Amino acid sequence: MNKITPSMLWPEVAPEWMLNAPQWLEDIFFNIFKCFIFEERYNFFLKGLGNTLLLTLFALLIGIALGVIVAFIRVTWDKNHAEMRGFGKFALGTANGISKIYLTVIRGTPVVVQILLLNFVVFAASRNKLMVGCLCFGINSGAYVAEIFRSGIQSIDVGQMEAGRSLGFSYIATMRHIILPQAFKNVLPPLCNEFIVLLKETAVVGYIGLSDLTYAANTVGGATYEYLFPLLLAAAIYLTMVIFFTHLVEKLERRLRTDER
Amino acid sequence: MPVLEIKNIHKSFGATHVLKGIDFSLERGESIAIIGSSGSGKTTLLRCINFLETPNEGTIHVDGKLIFDAKDPETQKESEIRKKRLHFGMVFQSFNLFPQYTALGNVMLASELLAKERPDYKENRRQIHAEIEEKAKTILTRVGLAEKMDLYPHQLSGGQQQRVAIARALAMEPDILCFDEPTSALDPELTGEVLRVIRGLAEQKTTMIIVTHEMAFARDVADRVIFMDEGVIVEQGPSHQVIEHPQQERTKQFLSRYSEQA
Repeated sequence: MNKITPSMLWPEVAPEWMLNAPQWLEDIFFNIFKCFIFEERYNFFLKGLGNTLLLTLFALLIGIALGVIVAFIRVTWDKNHAEMRGFGKFALGTANGISKIYLTVIRGTPVVVQILLLNFVVFAASRNKLMVGCLCFGINSGAYVAEIFRSGIQSIDVGQMEAGRSLGFSYIATMRHIILPQAFKNVLPPLCNEFIVLLKETAVVGYIGLSDLTYAANTVGGATYEYLFPLLLAAAIYLTMVIFFTHLVEKLERRLRTDER
Repeated sequence: MPVLEIKNIHKSFGATHVLKGIDFSLERGESIAIIGSSGSGKTTLLRCINFLETPNEGTIHVDGKLIFDAKDPETQKESEIRKKRLHFGMVFQSFNLFPQYTALGNVMLASELLAKERPDYKENRRQIHAEIEEKAKTILTRVGLAEKMDLYPHQLSGGQQQRVAIARALAMEPDILCFDEPTSALDPELTGEVLRVIRGLAEQKTTMIIVTHEMAFARDVADRVIFMDEGVIVEQGPSHQVIEHPQQERTKQFLSRYSEQA
């Protein structure tokens, strides 16, 4: 039995006016049918988009959590290690050392290598590729977010810390109520940038066979021998998402800025 | 008994010996002005008293109780220092208000955080909050900012910001209020309002240490003046006497430079 091909089905499903259109236009309609509608191929894209968004969301959450912790350790060590002594100094010094190694290794190696290592070596026994992906991009992003937060914290005038301390706040309380809220406002633009990079970076997750948006486009391209339309659609979706999220962050920035110059 | 007693304070930054043995004491209700040229160590001395710097040598007593001894690490524990800091209020040269809080928020914040540590905080939350707000409003009214409570620091003039900073320090009811060149970052026409507030505090017998470059102000408001030069106290005494009839050669030189400028 012969398999039904898109070209066999096309004359039946296409509306009259498409078939009567000039040849080049009909070709476009046909390709759209072939790549996105035939055999419900749009489902690939929907699923891929879902995975891309999930990856980005969880990686961002892990990244921010890790980044804040690492930045906090680094800043605290830089500021206080001269006056510290005993076990506290040892513990913080160790944490600072680990943080530095983490930053160096993660920022010094390609994310593709990291995800391959994580998938085929560390989590070789795991089938949950989404989890591996989230973890990998989260750990990767954390290194960059840490440096963003560190610069943000250090951009706050030392007088703010001194004012907080002179009012009897603890170091942690001053950080929480005085420094971090201001720092967060300063780091929003670079953080947004990191988010955009992350969203697009998740495209390499196809290396471990997780079907994200790029992988979906590639799969459809392979099945139809028509790469232009699937890839264009994937690109358009990425672009739309980036524009949308950038707009959201700009709005947030404007709202946060009401209490400042 | 003096409320504050400072003995033999030394402080070095690397090879620079900034404070070379400072001794002085302060009675309750007394205000003292510290004068001297830039780099003489006035600000460093104030920062040492507030635990913003750790002296290399010396002791600090408050109300006869030892609160700092450079030789005794027990007195330098972080958790202890937090409580000891509450003996002192600090007003900075550059105000250092918290930009994300209103004037009222700035004054209330520290009291609120402190109240959260009270065991009965959860039950009486509303009441405690209302009390703190009431007090903050009273203090802000006292420094003449009743109308400006809900404005953010950037909406206030420099003089108003500094008055908020004074209110913020007063809200913690410190034993000793410290001013680090409170008017040096202000336009000349704005210094008056801040100095008036400090003068008012002096009249109400607030215990104060004021590092300042305003000689006339130091003479009229402070009970006592300390002149510092190169990390030592060169001369101290009743304010009129030190500023109008200085005994030491270095004090005379310093003050004559000032009167030339004025």
